[in-house]
Amino acid sequence: MSTQAVEITADDRKAPDAFLSVRDLRIHFPTDDGLVKAVDGISFDLERGRTLGIVGESGSGKSVTSLGIMGLHTRKRTQMTGEVWLEGQELVGARSEQVRRLRGEKMAMIFQDPLSSMHPFYKVGAQIIEAYRVHNNVSSAVARKRAIEMLDLVGIPQAAKRVDDYPHQFSGGMRQRAMIAMALVCNPALLIADEPTTALDVTVQAQIIELMKELQREFNSAIILITHDLGVVAEACDDVVVMYGGQAVEKGAVQDIFYRAHMPYTWGLLSSMPRMDRQRQDRLQPIAGQPPSLINVPKGCVFNPRCRFQDHVEGDRCITERPELLPVVGDHHARCHIDPQVRERIWNDEIAPKL
Amino acid sequence: MIELEKAAGAPGPADGPRPEVMLSVRGLTKHFPIRKGVLQRQVGAVRAVDGVDFDVAAGETLGLVGESGCGKSTTGRVITKLLEPTSGSVIFEGRNIEEFSRGQMRPLRRDIQIIFQDPYSSLNPRHTIGTIVGATFRIQGTKTEHGTKREVQQLLERVGLNPEHYNRYPHEFSGGQRQRIGIARAIALRPKLIVCDEPVSALDVSIQAQVVNLLEDLQAEYNLGYVFIAHDLSVVRHIADRVAVMYLGKIMEIADRDELYSVPQHPYTHALMSAVPVPDPDKEKRRQRTLLTGDLPSPINPPSGCVFHTRCPLYRTALDESQQERCRTVVPFLGEVSPGHLAHCHFPQPRADIAAATDQGTGDAVVGAGGSADPAAATAPGVPEEQQP
Repeated sequence: MSTQAVEITADDRKAPDAFLSVRDLRIHFPTDDGLVKAVDGISFDLERGRTLGIVGESGSGKSVTSLGIMGLHTRKRTQMTGEVWLEGQELVGARSEQVRRLRGEKMAMIFQDPLSSMHPFYKVGAQIIEAYRVHNNVSSAVARKRAIEMLDLVGIPQAAKRVDDYPHQFSGGMRQRAMIAMALVCNPALLIADEPTTALDVTVQAQIIELMKELQREFNSAIILITHDLGVVAEACDDVVVMYGGQAVEKGAVQDIFYRAHMPYTWGLLSSMPRMDRQRQDRLQPIAGQPPSLINVPKGCVFNPRCRFQDHVEGDRCITERPELLPVVGDHHARCHIDPQVRERIWNDEIAPKL
Repeated sequence: MIELEKAAGAPGPADGPRPEVMLSVRGLTKHFPIRKGVLQRQVGAVRAVDGVDFDVAAGETLGLVGESGCGKSTTGRVITKLLEPTSGSVIFEGRNIEEFSRGQMRPLRRDIQIIFQDPYSSLNPRHTIGTIVGATFRIQGTKTEHGTKREVQQLLERVGLNPEHYNRYPHEFSGGQRQRIGIARAIALRPKLIVCDEPVSALDVSIQAQVVNLLEDLQAEYNLGYVFIAHDLSVVRHIADRVAVMYLGKIMEIADRDELYSVPQHPYTHALMSAVPVPDPDKEKRRQRTLLTGDLPSPINPPSGCVFHTRCPLYRTALDESQQERCRTVVPFLGEVSPGHLAHCHFPQPRADIAAATDQGTGDAVVGAGGSADPAAATAPGVPEEQQP
């Protein structure tokens, strides 16, 4: 992730160097109750062979971001601004035809629930074959061979036989593997995995993450991994964006987030989870309160109603003025009014020892 | 108290005074028949729970963990008598509730309550939360000192909700708040035992911690016994006093929390713990894991001998022919490996795991029964503790 992504203005529509570059993406949904600001200005870069983790609570805008990159929002009902550059091609302003051609070929997505994201009426193989033939002018026999090859690659036993099974004949873990096979059939350079392991058991989760890492090494693809599980992030990601209330509140290398976090929300996330690798604590330390409504986003810092560090900021800036996502050191950015040196002190003295 | 809670269901002698066991489950099985044809003849059975023994004392939490489909939720439902067991007994305060009729069961429901996983489908969307929580008093015919409304409002306040929201509907609340409503309903009649069926699995981490703390406070306040069903091993480690690991309807290992997490003996417990990702990127990069291959076998036709042998890393890598033969043909016995620690395995082996590395220091891997080569050393060396950044 580079620092320039933040500084670039909307007018500067030059193709960036990065493989995927998202700049000031805003996705708003007008509803009867008001404008839902699901994503309110998020920027990041991603190179091939790297994995970016997007973490946050439900309703923080992480899935909406990924659907936005894929161009899967209904254009009529969505106000989408900002830029998404994929290998020098801008996607937000592109015609839907053009985006559709890229989808599947250059970018693919794995969804959370493998049962509802596969068609129950068609055989698993047929669904993979279709995905392949849309983008490649080949005979169905060739496509079928390719489908079997993919199923084999993702570790489905007896792929030649299982290719003719229906999704309900697969177990949860196998369905997720089949989803990955379908997503990878055209060798996409960008893979977006939206909570790919949330519905799975830990043992299967470990297998799927291992598989994604292996495939990434093989195809050198860029992966966006959306999850709420910080353990999965630590295991699989190189860079992390922490989202809260539709905004990126902190971003940086995975080590920055886990060893030098700079934003009270990230502190809260890290402190509130019970950990297997540490001494058992008598009490968990939750973040008080509830996540904000995206229709009525708090004034000032989005996190201010739940933040217990506001007395480190003079005056009432936390509730009146929205902080910018500013660099801390290098590519590590945080959105907080507290002075960076004070934040570092709080992390070292109060947060890190209690993790 | 927990240290004394020895040998649940074990033949081993329990010496020393036992704590007052509130719930005692013995040889519990639940098979769901599979019927086919016009005559609806039974052609098989899903052996969801297949011989489970454990005890829960007042004020104690028993964690039940395992993969989906291992029978942990079914066990919870049989204990609360939402399902009838196929065989075995559930003894609550000396009475075998398995023999109770619906009518006999009703007064007992005050003492045994349940909290469900999904806070969206477990609350009636057409009722206000006042009605939902108040229904328990109405059904049980319990007289309250200052009227039901007052009582319900006190309950709402106790679980951290605004009592003025008495007249609101479930859809007006977030997931965490709804789970609090479910908890208010469960504690309304001051039960002695609550079965918590994945109560925090659907919640975000920050909210999950709030609800876990609330459950702990309530336990301390009312001396509640919990059967805490979850698949998240780190949450169970936090809340449970004793932990039972289930696989295909059977208990694979049961022990006190610290013992189980520091010296797990069953290869399945090793594998489960090793699969949990640790929120520490540097540690993650260094650590080696025991990955289980394949999926859970079908409980309709479970493997012969030890049900875990088809996926067992120990079986594949460290056992010789004759030992493997034994795993395939002989059903192991839930035997005591150390006081209060039982493992359903022919070749139990202590292995220091990640938890152990930070908690008790690396435990010495001792070659277990059978004189086999030490698989612990071969598969995953204990991760030494390191300085925190």
